[in-house]
Amino acid sequence: MSLDVTLQTDPGAISTDPVEEARRQIEICNACRYCEGFCSVFPAITREKVFADGDITQLANLCHNCRGCYYACQYTAPHEFALNLPRALASARTDSWERFAWPGGLARTFQARGEALAAALVIGTALMFAAIAGLPGGGAGFYAWLSHGAMVAIFLPAFFLPLVAIAIGLRRYWQEVGGTRITWADLRDAGLAAGRMKNLSGGQGQGCNFEKEERFSDARRHVHQAVMYGFLLCFASTSAGTLLHYLFDMQAPYGFWSLPKLLGVPGGLLLVVGCAGMLMLRKKADPELGTPGRSSGERGFIWLLGFVGLSGLLLYAVRGTGLTGPLLALHLGGVLAFFLLTPYSKMAHGFYRFTALVRDAQDRRARGNV
Amino acid sequence: MTLSDPKQLSAGVWDVVIAGGGNAALCAAIEAAEAGAKVLILEGAPKAYRGGNSRHTRNFRCMHHGDLGPLVETYDEDEFWQDLLRVTKGKTDEGLARHAIRTSADCLPWMQAHGVRFQPSLAGTLSLDRTNAFFLGGGKALVNAYYLTAEDLGVTVAYEAQVKHVGIEGNRATHIDVEFGGALHRVQGRAFVLASGGFQSDIEWLARAWGPSARNFLIRGTPYNRGVVLKDMLDQGAETVGDPTQCHAVAIDGRAPKFDGGIVTRLDCVPFSIVVNKNAARFYDEGEDVWPKRYAIWGRLVAAQPDQVGYSIIDSRSIDLFMPSVYPPISADTIDELAQKLGLPAEALAETVATFNAACRPGDFHPQKLDGVATKGLVPPKTNWARSISEPPYYAYSLRPGVTFTYLGLKVDQTARATGPEGRYDNIWSAGEMMAGSILGQGYLAGFGMTIGTVFGRIAGQEAAKHVA
Ligand SMILES: Cc1cc2nc3c(=O)[nH]c(=O)nc-3n(C[C@H](O)[C@H](O)[C@H](O)COP(=O)(O)OP(=O)(O)OC[C@H]3O[C@@H](n4cnc5c(N)ncnc54)[C@H](O)[C@@H]3O)c2cc1C
Ligand code: SF4
Ligand code: SF4
Repeated sequence: MSLDVTLQTDPGAISTDPVEEARRQIEICNACRYCEGFCSVFPAITREKVFADGDITQLANLCHNCRGCYYACQYTAPHEFALNLPRALASARTDSWERFAWPGGLARTFQARGEALAAALVIGTALMFAAIAGLPGGGAGFYAWLSHGAMVAIFLPAFFLPLVAIAIGLRRYWQEVGGTRITWADLRDAGLAAGRMKNLSGGQGQGCNFEKEERFSDARRHVHQAVMYGFLLCFASTSAGTLLHYLFDMQAPYGFWSLPKLLGVPGGLLLVVGCAGMLMLRKKADPELGTPGRSSGERGFIWLLGFVGLSGLLLYAVRGTGLTGPLLALHLGGVLAFFLLTPYSKMAHGFYRFTALVRDAQDRRARGNV
Repeated sequence: MTLSDPKQLSAGVWDVVIAGGGNAALCAAIEAAEAGAKVLILEGAPKAYRGGNSRHTRNFRCMHHGDLGPLVETYDEDEFWQDLLRVTKGKTDEGLARHAIRTSADCLPWMQAHGVRFQPSLAGTLSLDRTNAFFLGGGKALVNAYYLTAEDLGVTVAYEAQVKHVGIEGNRATHIDVEFGGALHRVQGRAFVLASGGFQSDIEWLARAWGPSARNFLIRGTPYNRGVVLKDMLDQGAETVGDPTQCHAVAIDGRAPKFDGGIVTRLDCVPFSIVVNKNAARFYDEGEDVWPKRYAIWGRLVAAQPDQVGYSIIDSRSIDLFMPSVYPPISADTIDELAQKLGLPAEALAETVATFNAACRPGDFHPQKLDGVATKGLVPPKTNWARSISEPPYYAYSLRPGVTFTYLGLKVDQTARATGPEGRYDNIWSAGEMMAGSILGQGYLAGFGMTIGTVFGRIAGQEAAKHVA
């Protein structure tokens, strides 16, 4: 029965290292526990007495930056313990994504800098203009501008290569947090938690403290739901199109009452509204509670995602006119940049978050408190 | 609304002026404002530190029949009363105490209706899930919720507004002198609620009352409760209750900050350790009872030792038996090295440990219950969990007394009205820590401080509003 107390830090020793600093604050929380009911992070904290680096990474990725624990904390600055758990966990979390990303180095650039994302968008669009100009069209609708074959040739690798990179990052994550074999029950629990964004509910459905300081609000949960489901609908729309194309030999353009449009139009609208809402909330929220030095990259990512949604809607709106070509280039350029940057931008958070929820479900089950 | 222009303070006559900005003050403000009164809160602390000791709390004790909010089963008036009688050893006012106990049942729904959220008993506190309702996010979340509610009700709040004097003519208070923005202002009001806590953060006063050793005490809560209003009322002849020399002190980690260390500085290792003073001598039975029942007496025990410090020493077999302190233990591979790191006389410590070890008897060591594993022939004995300190590495934590609150307070009646030299004041009420001595003359019942503040804060607010209506 021994405990590695050498892992313990001095509560007054504020550190600039993200993992060390998160450990210091987590230890204080574990001695306090007042925030237990806010989210999954605190029950996970109370299952440990000391925290190895992998534990910190896991806790950091469970946190949803709802900020409830900051406004409730009696130890925030000017108190000498200077608690700011949302920020400490955000720093450790971003640090982990940047460490796990493959190939290394890329993530740092795109997590931090909105300009880098903008540049990627411009390059993606330019490539698509070049492709449209240089490659033959073939078919109706936007295929008249760029053939289906050309699109597949570009987007198949642009879709799968990032997935490989993400898989490598997640594998590294899983090793660091000490994950074990994943069961269906783990996935089900994680899926339920993510689908409802349970952890942004404040524990009792009162919402979070993202943009209104001490006051609770559901705004962030709602706009985030809009972004997530908007994105998933758009993705489903593209997948539906692919299935129709290959399995049923039905080619685009599709009418409004087709599956791709019925999924894609609401999806695009949700995505645009969600991204706009998210940007507005971020304006009101206190940047001191988020990841230091990453807000430009985070904002850039929301703009990119919103742009993909908006250009997709516009592409549909201008169908049959001469604007289809340029808009097609813009939209596909955005999609290309978005896909390729998935492992290195804020988009990665969805994958890590879900993985953290799986690990949490696993850990709870292993210790008999589901 | 937060007041920023000092001119507003003295512009007119307020209906209800409240000194203090903790739980009791806020409950009074909300009740008075709901009855239509124009209310001013004078909080001595800056906004970041608003809420006094209430911001450090985690739960309140509540009578109930059947499940209520997070509380399970039943906790009735009689059981509550017996619990109180036991800890205060009869130093309580039965009328007031029973009134507080009975009213506590209504408080929980009232608190919920005014923004407070509860959560199930925290990990490691399951034994309290019948008697104590825990606040989601703790006391600061409760304080935040009340400030938002008060704001929505139109209450005005001045931060960094230190009350210096209550102006009284005969039985009537007429005004309060408050320091705000670097100048003294006269605030006129028709009713006054005094809810500015005890005097424990005035170390000099504590030293006068308790003795010079009090200078070495740590204060677990806010540095802003310096008893200025209490002192001013005493000087004007207000009637008091509670022992003026006593404070509630528990043993906490000796490395805790001087003020405001709060809950995280607690130390749970004593029952599994031997505790020595700076001369490396033991002075009390460390295993007398389970820790929740003993941590309060250890405050006094350590206070009585030279330099008001103690050292709790365990070996590697015990390090995983308790919640780790937020401070890392001091560790060493030999007792000698440990003595050096702690600055204790090495020979004496070796002797104390050896004597203790020799007095240990084989037995069925059981950390979770009183195991009866006791020393033989040792003075003072260790009557439970007496297992030798012999498996390196060795670990130590320092202990100091941590003051929670002082007992001296204003005497009030069931309507929370205070009493002066000529009988009950017409328009001065008091609530919370400032009058808790009436009910808690000695000892402490976990969660009862917030009960007293909520019950009498609400009453004070209602009565003050009635007075000005
Ligand atoms: C670490 C700790 C944990 C505790 N945990 C619990 C618990 O879980 N449950 C429980 O029931 N009790 C607990 N207590 C006790 C509890 O804190 C008190 O009983 C309760 O908070 C008293 O409320 P109050 O409103 O009377 O005083 P406070 O909350 O202390 O408020 C006093 C207010 O007066 C202000 N003030 C002081 N002087 C002046 C002045 N001159 N002018 C203007 N304003 C002034 C202060 O700034 C403060 O806002 C705990 C205490 C401590 C220290
Ligand atoms: S954030 Fe603050 S109040 Fe919440 S558990 Fe941590 S230390 Fe306690
Ligand atoms: S910010 Fe929210 S999600 Fe993150 S630890 Fe605090 S309460 Fe939990």
